[in-house]
Amino acid sequence: MSTPLLKVADLTVRFRTEKGTIAAVNGINLELQRGQVLGVIGESGSGKSVTLRALLGILPPRKTQISGAITLDGRNVLSLTKRELSKYRGGEVSMIFQEPATALDPVFTIGQQITETVMRHGATTKAKARARALEMLDLVKIPDARSRIDNYPHELSGGMRQRAMIALALSTGPKLLLADEPTTALDATVQIQVILLLRELQRELGMATIFVTHDVGVAAEISDRIAVMYAGRIVETGTASDVLKTPRHPYTNGLLTSTVIGARRGETIDCIAGMPPDLAAMPQGCAFAPRCPLATTECTAAVPMLKKSGADQFVACIRQEADGRHAA
Amino acid sequence: MLGYILKRLLHAVPVALAVSVICFSLVQLAPGDPLAVVLPADASQETVDAVKAQYGLDRPLVVQYFIWLGNVVTGDFGKSIATGRPVLSEISNAIGYSLSLAFLASLMALIVGLSLGMLAGYTIGSPVDKVASAFAISGVSIPHYWLGIVLVVIFSVQLNALPAMGAGTNPDAGILERLRFMILPAVTLAAMPAGIVTRSVRALVAETLARDFVTALRAKGLTEVQIFGHVVKNSAPTALAVIGVQMGYLMAGSILVETVFSWPGTGLLLNSAILTRDIPLLQGTILVLALFFVAMNLIVDILQPLFDPRIKRI
Ligand SMILES: Nc1ncnc2c1ncn2[C@@H]1O[C@H](COP(=O)(O)OP(=O)(O)OP(=O)(O)O)[C@@H](O)[C@H]1O
Ligand SMILES: [Mg+2]
Repeated sequence: MSTPLLKVADLTVRFRTEKGTIAAVNGINLELQRGQVLGVIGESGSGKSVTLRALLGILPPRKTQISGAITLDGRNVLSLTKRELSKYRGGEVSMIFQEPATALDPVFTIGQQITETVMRHGATTKAKARARALEMLDLVKIPDARSRIDNYPHELSGGMRQRAMIALALSTGPKLLLADEPTTALDATVQIQVILLLRELQRELGMATIFVTHDVGVAAEISDRIAVMYAGRIVETGTASDVLKTPRHPYTNGLLTSTVIGARRGETIDCIAGMPPDLAAMPQGCAFAPRCPLATTECTAAVPMLKKSGADQFVACIRQEADGRHAA
Repeated sequence: MLGYILKRLLHAVPVALAVSVICFSLVQLAPGDPLAVVLPADASQETVDAVKAQYGLDRPLVVQYFIWLGNVVTGDFGKSIATGRPVLSEISNAIGYSLSLAFLASLMALIVGLSLGMLAGYTIGSPVDKVASAFAISGVSIPHYWLGIVLVVIFSVQLNALPAMGAGTNPDAGILERLRFMILPAVTLAAMPAGIVTRSVRALVAETLARDFVTALRAKGLTEVQIFGHVVKNSAPTALAVIGVQMGYLMAGSILVETVFSWPGTGLLLNSAILTRDIPLLQGTILVLALFFVAMNLIVDILQPLFDPRIKRI
């Protein structure tokens, strides 16, 4: 296999808070090939957004400790200088945020916001940058882009705003796109349109993508590979079809059966009992053990490592290995 | 834009009318008989009635108001009871002094308030922020007149560096000479608005920096200087409103300061009008000051949409 575009090794992110230091991301490993789409799923608070922000280098430096290694295209991201970092952000890696209504500056037009980004990352003249902005707005299928370009964010509908943010993120031709629940804030019908657009753009432009979502259906629709996060760790990863068809971790299994897609009409939808752990007081061993139907005393002995299980699937669960069959 | 300005102007008319009613009635509520000043204590009833009729004080209040309003609109504010000079010329003379003082004080308050506020807002919790906040709180809470007296003691009495009183008597004095007279009252006057602007700007900047779009700006690789531009444009509308109100106060709120420094502005005029119960002068001065306030608000209303497109130009 060719060298991956992105390689994350033992990434740990700690925040200093009033409650003490918490580890929001706890030693994760990732590899992403060029043009590949990785879907990241997991409950609220599992560290998905923090992971993306660490990759982009936008966590508040004063209260954050990051360790491990992030390598993009052979460069160590964590050792970039301030100046290199601001070229890297938005240039090599772009991010689409969950709430286009708050992530765009309300007092600048869409055009101004795309233009300043393009100027920052190489465009030589304002006219060229604006032409690029217009081209991008057309690409994300904003109708009548020529007049929309001078609209302020509040003058666009939610769906159009998110399209504008996608245009902004892609305007610099990034190698890696980070999408943090880009459709959660939208209506169901608009959600589907935006997902389809993103998938189409991804195929057309070929940037690698990490796509965070709560929605297993969306993850299935768009991802080549899937990583399941729980309490700051990746508990299962593999090709999208393997992970979704043959989930090996009891948590993945719980996530899949607790979605509407997995359920049959008339059946009650199961959900995972209990709550994710308090990051300031993590349980010993496997963080999921307190909620796991298969947990034994062994599970609390040590944090389980990701182990190969199947052709291209990895799972961090000792019960899975002991049983030699699906934890389900 | 022109339509918007006209509409704003039209909206200001009822406000100005309400202001005039309040000015007129406030003075009626004040205790004391204005005629007591101009009339000898043993004046006969006929003399009293004659003088009352002369000033129109024998008519019903509503009629008095409309007569007064009609005159005011045509620029006739009546004659000062105490000096017999037209109120308008008294006021316009004083207003020049007050405006120049207010202008200098605003400039000082703006420079200090904006820069300290931004510094503090960018460094919340740091030593810089603590110093700026302490300064702001002192500015807001130290009484005007006390600060004025302290400054006089230090700079006029001890150091003998700056004049303590008045605006100078030499009509041909150069700008520098005039400025020397203005420094102490201007600093005294600027202390409070500087404190208020510091605190508002600090809060505004901190609040703006915490908003999602700032993270998004960082995420697209903008430099801190570019991000600063976004912060400024987002904070400007609210900052403008605060500054506008403060400049209005500077005009009107200078009674104590002008009295302490014997600065011949509207404050001093108001002070003497109150002491002598000079009703026409009092009404005229209050009205002009209140209208100045209305005008400041109008200017802020007109400027705000230039910074924030969400403020509809209606
Ligand atoms: N700047 C920060 N300072 C302190 N704690 C933080 C900070 N950012 C995130 N956290 C904590 O890190 C944990 C993981 O948060 P994160 O936002 O990554 O979750 P998530 O998986 O994206 O959840 P969601 O699905 O709700 O978006 C949470 O407990 C959160 O409170
Ligand atoms: Mg999140």
